[in-house]
Amino acid sequence: MRDVAVVGFAQRQMQDFDGSPTCVELLVPLFAECYEQTGWSRRDIGFWCSGSSDYLAGRSFSFVQAVDAIGVIPPVNESHVEMDLAWAMYEAWLKIQTGEVDTALVYAFGKSSAGVLRRTLALQLDPYTMTPLWPDTVSLAGLQARAGIDAGLWDETAMAEVAHRSLTDAEKNEYAVRKGGSSVSALLSRPLYADPLRKHDCAPVTDGAAAIVLAAGDRAREVRDRPAWLTGISHHVDPMSMGTRDLTRSPSTARSGAALDLTGVDTAELHAPFSHQELVLRRELGLGDDVRVNPSGGALTSNPMFSAGGIRVGEAARRVWAGESDKALAHATSGPALQQNLVCTLEGQR
Amino acid sequence: MSRTLSAPVTVAFDYTRSTGPVLGRFLTGLRDGVLVAARTSDGEVVVPPPEYDPVTHAATTDFVEVSPTGTVTSWTWVPEPVAAQPLERPFAFALVLLDGATQPFLHALDVASPADATTGMRVQVRWRPERVGAITDIECFEPAAGGAPPVDRPHSTLDPVTGVVTPVALDYTYAASPEESAFYRGLAEGRIVGQRCPACAKVYVPPRSACPADGTPTTDEVELAHTGTVTTFCIVNVPFLGQRITPPYVSAYVLLDGADIAFLHLILDIPAEEVRMGMRVEAVWKPREEWGTTIENISHFRPTGEPDAAYDTYSQHL
Ligand SMILES: [Zn+2]
Repeated sequence: MRDVAVVGFAQRQMQDFDGSPTCVELLVPLFAECYEQTGWSRRDIGFWCSGSSDYLAGRSFSFVQAVDAIGVIPPVNESHVEMDLAWAMYEAWLKIQTGEVDTALVYAFGKSSAGVLRRTLALQLDPYTMTPLWPDTVSLAGLQARAGIDAGLWDETAMAEVAHRSLTDAEKNEYAVRKGGSSVSALLSRPLYADPLRKHDCAPVTDGAAAIVLAAGDRAREVRDRPAWLTGISHHVDPMSMGTRDLTRSPSTARSGAALDLTGVDTAELHAPFSHQELVLRRELGLGDDVRVNPSGGALTSNPMFSAGGIRVGEAARRVWAGESDKALAHATSGPALQQNLVCTLEGQR
Repeated sequence: MSRTLSAPVTVAFDYTRSTGPVLGRFLTGLRDGVLVAARTSDGEVVVPPPEYDPVTHAATTDFVEVSPTGTVTSWTWVPEPVAAQPLERPFAFALVLLDGATQPFLHALDVASPADATTGMRVQVRWRPERVGAITDIECFEPAAGGAPPVDRPHSTLDPVTGVVTPVALDYTYAASPEESAFYRGLAEGRIVGQRCPACAKVYVPPRSACPADGTPTTDEVELAHTGTVTTFCIVNVPFLGQRITPPYVSAYVLLDGADIAFLHLILDIPAEEVRMGMRVEAVWKPREEWGTTIENISHFRPTGEPDAAYDTYSQHL
């Protein structure tokens, strides 16, 4: 296996992006930031991979148009996944492992505000027995939240504590859509929305884009004194149907975590778009109370579709670069109620 | 003023799918007022039946009927239903463990308020009077009345269900990029606006947010001539849904004078078979009072009557 590290990261998260769904104009400055961080130009990038979905904004082949932000003369080595940035990063990591390239820039974008996000995502479901009912994302998460409450695994206070900590940490995150102004008691006094969820238990609809730069071995050491080495990466998937899995658990997260060495993890960026999902993930990954969870504020405070999972990787990497973390865990999710999960570890020492 | 122009757009498509032997059996059951589950190798009774066994991965073959009455194992309130959900007023989604099954089933639950829903409540299927073999043949669940829920059609002898049609319609607010917005605003003033790449000097129309050749943001606005050259074209002979002109007609790439990229428009006022590469054309605008922020302000292009452009003048833009 080749040593591969995260050496660049740039992001934008916003409530409403006043621009087209191809997000080209958002991506241009993100790439510029990545070039500045690495000292490279676009010609130093061996492989490009993007994550997005045309259903999000109702524009076909938006990922093809987004390539404008790269520039394709001379031609580039490029791919796309209909998944979150974290999975695009996985494809790029594999590409580097093949030895074909040494560097990669992966990016993702999405304009969630163009349609009704919670409805659009019903297209991810089984087209025979689920999509025709249009079960929206919030409802599916609500079923999961209640299952845990009824089982005595968490309660509304524990969920509010997650929201409060996230909102407080997000005060230091310039990109967070929601931040601050909460206490657990104030949150609990707010009305229920999708009973048992309150609005602060659900991530805000967020537009945005993000980019991550990967490099192998010495190419990574050229860029940073302390690259964030990807020492483990694993992803699994649970059944799509809501009935055939125990919604209070996330076996695919547990299995992904078990495939990695999580000893010594001091920081975890968990992609939990709903407050109770952080509680599920912590349990499945066996994270102790001494692990700092979501210092960025996490996806509960802004959740740009197709970027938010990769942003967890970027946020974890930033802390490793800065020496604030020796070993960080990043997690990304996709699909209904934590169906698909990717876990990776990033370390300052190789 | 917002930086960009936007407009509502609906993207709709009716997905037609074959159902296969397992889902077909389940959907046939729904049409006939029966709930079909599968018994899997680990002893579970699952509805809807999975197509393959989760443990052995063998095709599902062991089917059983389960009761249309069951118990809620989880539920959530839907305060603001979205389009095409089972009920248009606030309702609950619920996981219902049907009597005879071991795994719960997702569907809507019709109760007046969240106070009327509880985990553990007994519920029953409310069948739709006209059923077609779709998951929506169950209108929703409702609190159980005791006894079997009424179903107004007994087991039928119709053919099994082999296909379903799922209509999908999504509403968006579609936004143009700031550069495209400038283009459309220019059209509303009778101007054709492009942008020049500051790195390679290529002129794009409609303007793009970045030069596709080198990735540089295209910032310098340029106004383009209303005349140009046909680079390539096709004669449309095939009728299709939403077509506005009777075939045959010509759809062509027109390279406006001063631009480095051609754009697509109609060539009219000439028989289709006479349109050719290199033909010089000019924009024909609709009457000014009909203009909006749209490319339709230009009705079409027509021949100028000038001699054809030499191939060299457009060979790099094909
Ligand atoms: Zn250029």
